[in-house]
Amino acid sequence: MALFKKKKVQSIGDNQYLTLREERKIAKENAKITRAFEKKKNRTKVPESEYLTEMHDPKNVVEFDNLHTYFYTEVGVSKAVNGVSFDIPEGAIVGVVGESGCGKSVTSLSLMQLVQAPQGQIVEGEIRYKASNGKCYDIAKMPKNEMLHIRGKEISMIFQEPMTSLNPVFTIGAQLDEVVLLHVPGTTKEQAKARSLEMLKLVGIAMCEKVYDSYPHELSGGMRQRVMIAMSLSCNPRLIIADEPTTALDVTIQAQILDLLRDLRHKIDGSIMLITHDLGVIAEMADYVVVMYAGRIVEKGTVREIFHDPKHPYTIGLMKSKPSVNKLVDRLYSIPGQVPNPINMPKHCYYKNRCEMCRECCEGDFPELMQFSETHFAACHLYREDKDLVIYDAMTTGAATEKVEVAHE
Amino acid sequence: MSDDNILVVEDLKKWYPINKNLFGKPQNYVKAVDGVSFSIKRGTTMGLVGESGCGKTTVGRTILRLHEVTGGKVLFNGQDLSEISPGKLRKMRPQLQMIFQDPYSSLSPRMPIGEIIGEAVKVHKIVPKSEYREYILKVMQDCGLQPQWYSRYPHEFSGGQRQRICIARSVALKPQLIICDEPVSALDVSIQAQIINLMKDLQTQFGYTYLFISHDLSVVEHISDEVGVMYLGNMVEYGSKTAIFKNPLHPYTKALMSAVPMPDPDYKMNRIILKGDIPSPANPPSGCKFRTRCEHCMEICANKVPEFREIEPGHKVACHLYNDKESEAK
Repeated sequence: MALFKKKKVQSIGDNQYLTLREERKIAKENAKITRAFEKKKNRTKVPESEYLTEMHDPKNVVEFDNLHTYFYTEVGVSKAVNGVSFDIPEGAIVGVVGESGCGKSVTSLSLMQLVQAPQGQIVEGEIRYKASNGKCYDIAKMPKNEMLHIRGKEISMIFQEPMTSLNPVFTIGAQLDEVVLLHVPGTTKEQAKARSLEMLKLVGIAMCEKVYDSYPHELSGGMRQRVMIAMSLSCNPRLIIADEPTTALDVTIQAQILDLLRDLRHKIDGSIMLITHDLGVIAEMADYVVVMYAGRIVEKGTVREIFHDPKHPYTIGLMKSKPSVNKLVDRLYSIPGQVPNPINMPKHCYYKNRCEMCRECCEGDFPELMQFSETHFAACHLYREDKDLVIYDAMTTGAATEKVEVAHE
Repeated sequence: MSDDNILVVEDLKKWYPINKNLFGKPQNYVKAVDGVSFSIKRGTTMGLVGESGCGKTTVGRTILRLHEVTGGKVLFNGQDLSEISPGKLRKMRPQLQMIFQDPYSSLSPRMPIGEIIGEAVKVHKIVPKSEYREYILKVMQDCGLQPQWYSRYPHEFSGGQRQRICIARSVALKPQLIICDEPVSALDVSIQAQIINLMKDLQTQFGYTYLFISHDLSVVEHISDEVGVMYLGNMVEYGSKTAIFKNPLHPYTKALMSAVPMPDPDYKMNRIILKGDIPSPANPPSGCKFRTRCEHCMEICANKVPEFREIEPGHKVACHLYNDKESEAK
């Protein structure tokens, strides 16, 4: 029995163990919680009033408000998204950056209600979405069958890996037509085909008739990604979520796809939520930038504010650690250490152990987002009014005369 | 041949046979690498860039003879690796090491990392048995791994740490040349910087020579001294880092440079966007292989394969655009 008693669980942290009994207990509790969530989501006849809300700002398409998405795993609760709030204005490109595991993908999946269930659940917070019929829904509370009318039609998604997101046994045409046939009731097959061909032309595929009849494996990576974009466009979505759309592609193809996305943004009347870890892509594409770290937003603002005047030490470190062409440095700046374990998150600022600017006050609670300008926010104790700003001066050379004010939450 | 060249590759070819005839004789080939030549000086880093499918990984693997060479020479310290007998090759192995792209699949999940790092040290008898453990611990320390991790398994480590293990494994054999096949492309930006710094530190400390294969131009610029640009099995441009990045000559290199997104929202770019995709290596275009996507395509490009010639000292380009002046002079 002694053999089975101690099972080493790596993900929980250094030298920490869970016994089998503890693990079973956690699993049992988790099942109870997730079952309640699933039951709520699976209801069929839900009065609309239950998930109707008001947008805080009518110019936005989507507003994330204090979103918490947790994963109930057998070694504990992993807080993948832990209090994220930001807005996606109409017609804008919002970029979300962060390292892998920081919760940027889970944020977008929460919006699509595609989080891996039953482990993954939206626990708290609102995702307000302004639908095309003028109503405003809270997607976090929406039942599953209602979501079918929004997902893929009004909010569509482009995934990272174009090969795995297309079905290898159907032709491109069949897969494109399916979207239209499903979401626009009363379309004939001919109309669907015409629409698909139009979309293929829109994304810059020259021989659209030929591509329409071919299978995914016959196309190159860049072409497949174009097909994916065509598919996401075919129902005139109000928001496109692009989850690392160019990470699997070569630089030259990446340039083509980014160019296409920039073009399309003017042609279609919609917003784009661009998720990537490449700061270069963000700088080029986005209007607003959200920097995430370990499930939290550490900084958000317009693209110029973030790139010309970064406030949070993590953002500054991230920019310094990326080598860029024609800017030579002797030694790259590297952020020491690693992202903390998502289960057992520390009480203090998550970045504290890697931060060079860390001070005594960082021992306290996680810092709230502080406002620097109308759009620029950062979550760091460095900028608290009651603290001396000496270190801050030394850190951001030049832009030190910023007036700091505490945000009113 | 000067002594300071650790590796000289001459007209390296690697063809893979496709569709054989009735008697098993190959009729067609995919020319993954078709006549690549370069040399690396001792203690320096050469970067090899190109899109996926251009044959840069095949070059790395063929140099190590992980794939048999179809034609050409690979001279390592003056010895031709492509003709050496397997027994001798095995003796050479410690001097030639490789770091792979994916640190998740290149470590055996059933071995503790001390053993992973030490296995080849034992086989090649790099140090006497009595010093074995201390030696491994020292190597681990050099690579930023803590000694108490000696008996842990790879799944307990993050991507960056695994890549450190891979580096420690190859460094433990006291190699002269390390071929790094996209060592940082699977890692996050902040971890990427750690690994690049580690590799640079090790180079200054122990004088390793690197062949750094990557598709990320910014990383290549940071780490390399010389850079080679490949396209569809050929080298199209070769030169020092400053020559390639400040004064790119080949249209492909220019397009590649301009395609890199700059992390500056106010950066005004004159982007050259290449049309279409990389052609199939089984059926490459005649003449210059880049002509189907080139903006400066001329008549001669379809008929004649451009020569790989020196335009400036140490800066070689394979493009007809730069042939005119010389032929006129003649």
